[in-house]
Amino acid sequence: MDALVAAVTVFVLAVFIGFEIITKVPPTLHTPLMSGSNAISGITLIGAVISTRVDNPKLATILGVAAVAFAMINVVGGYLVTHRMLGMFKGKR
Amino acid sequence: MQQHFLIPDSWVNLAYVAAAILFIVGLKGLTHPRTAVRGNLQSALGMLLAVVVTLLADGLAYQWILLGALIGGLVGGIAAVRVRMTQMPEMVALFNGFGGGASVLVAGAAFMLTADPGARTTVSTGLSGLIGSVTFTGSLIAFGKLAEILPGGQIGLPGLKAFNALMGAAALACVGWLTVDPTATEAYWIIVAIAGVLGVTLTIPIGGADMPVVISLLNSYSGLAAAATGFVLMNNVLIIAGSLVGASGIILTRIMCKAMNRSLGHVLFGSLGPGADGPSADDVYGGKVKATSPDEVAMLFDTARRVLFVPGYGLAVAQAQHVVKNLAGILEGRGIVVEYGIHPVAGRMPGHMNVLLAEADVPYEQLKEMDEINQEIEQVDVCMVIGANDVVNPVARTDPRSPIAGMPIIDVDKARTVVVVKRSLSPGFAGIPNPLFAADNCLMLFGDGKKALMELVESLKNS
Repeated sequence: MDALVAAVTVFVLAVFIGFEIITKVPPTLHTPLMSGSNAISGITLIGAVISTRVDNPKLATILGVAAVAFAMINVVGGYLVTHRMLGMFKGKR
Repeated sequence: MQQHFLIPDSWVNLAYVAAAILFIVGLKGLTHPRTAVRGNLQSALGMLLAVVVTLLADGLAYQWILLGALIGGLVGGIAAVRVRMTQMPEMVALFNGFGGGASVLVAGAAFMLTADPGARTTVSTGLSGLIGSVTFTGSLIAFGKLAEILPGGQIGLPGLKAFNALMGAAALACVGWLTVDPTATEAYWIIVAIAGVLGVTLTIPIGGADMPVVISLLNSYSGLAAAATGFVLMNNVLIIAGSLVGASGIILTRIMCKAMNRSLGHVLFGSLGPGADGPSADDVYGGKVKATSPDEVAMLFDTARRVLFVPGYGLAVAQAQHVVKNLAGILEGRGIVVEYGIHPVAGRMPGHMNVLLAEADVPYEQLKEMDEINQEIEQVDVCMVIGANDVVNPVARTDPRSPIAGMPIIDVDKARTVVVVKRSLSPGFAGIPNPLFAADNCLMLFGDGKKALMELVESLKNS
């Protein structure tokens, strides 16, 4: 039970940090914010990686590989397109 | 699920904390265009760190991981390089869906591997499957609507609300079933199936005008699904990253709702009120609309000192961003101050119009938010409205019975002269006439946005 309370604490605090920071993101950058957070939600990649152990049942490995593929689309695609987009925002020269 | 690493567990957990900090610092970088690129790289570094450390886990099937990573990396990489900026809403919608899908699969696999799961595991697994699956199918529908594969309008089906409520209750009942009998793995997949149907039935009735709200909300769900998976695995970095994304999506959802003056409940379950009892187009426009020509507009600029462009999505559809930038360059060459007033829902997702203009090399200092520009709009000599309609309709301020009453608008009618570039007098999404077009200080430049602006550029060059 203690572990659950600790996890809930982390969750609640992270939501608050999220609110504090994201409200300061200007509307100009809301689209890169969304694609960038797409990339961050690809963090499930690490859950996917540890589901593919050699001694696991076949089905778990199959689910894990599919999850790795999905999450990698988010990670690679999300960071790359955000980088591409942010490169377009230039100040006055 | 017990996991052993080739390095001490405490190192792994410390690396995860470092990754979480990099995500937070990275998001903080996004608070200014100057620091945004660095922020994105910091966030990516955090991801790299978390993944590399995880790869040190004992007994992984590396060949399978590599296969999945190659497929996903290739698909994501190609999509990121090739996507056009006008298609960003579609891409974000799809990526939201993949995030939700990944959570469903990871939670499913983790549940299979957990010996004797307690209530904490069963409830978080069930929620992960529920939220993840709704996100997955809901995002596919949103993608279909944005890509115009599916009909974009509002679709009303009788009894849909009752059906959705029933399905939601059934899914929650299955979460209960899983908790009472953790051996019933099939219950998890039933939850996933029900939630998949629910994602479709919740998203399909929502109209195209409300898509900015929907993809923001699905963005939030994809984060919450990842956080729920974090509770299944008891992994802090998943919980933190997931809740950051969840918070971000919720904030954007709120901003979009406010910008359209709609409550979230209205977007999800209601419909736009009928605008039938308002004044007809003939009453509003009858004999009062003044058409103008590119030459006439060019002459307006002779005495102007401050020009404001107010773009709507029609501008992007006409691919006229570059012509606008061209026009702005000529005006700036004459010493005129040029700015852009951006309504929060000018594009099809939060911040979309800003990206489209940045792509056309408009410096970000010239992109002004609605509230900021409204305070100074009386000093604008010429305001060019291009492909926007409802977001500049003064009825939102003046007529409390109008369907857009109270919606925040850019007060272009308060500028000295307004030029509206538009194909015809046809109404926008709200379906109501716009008295701005008949105002004394308003001139209509009818025609295709891009063509009309190119003619205007020609006139300016010749004068």
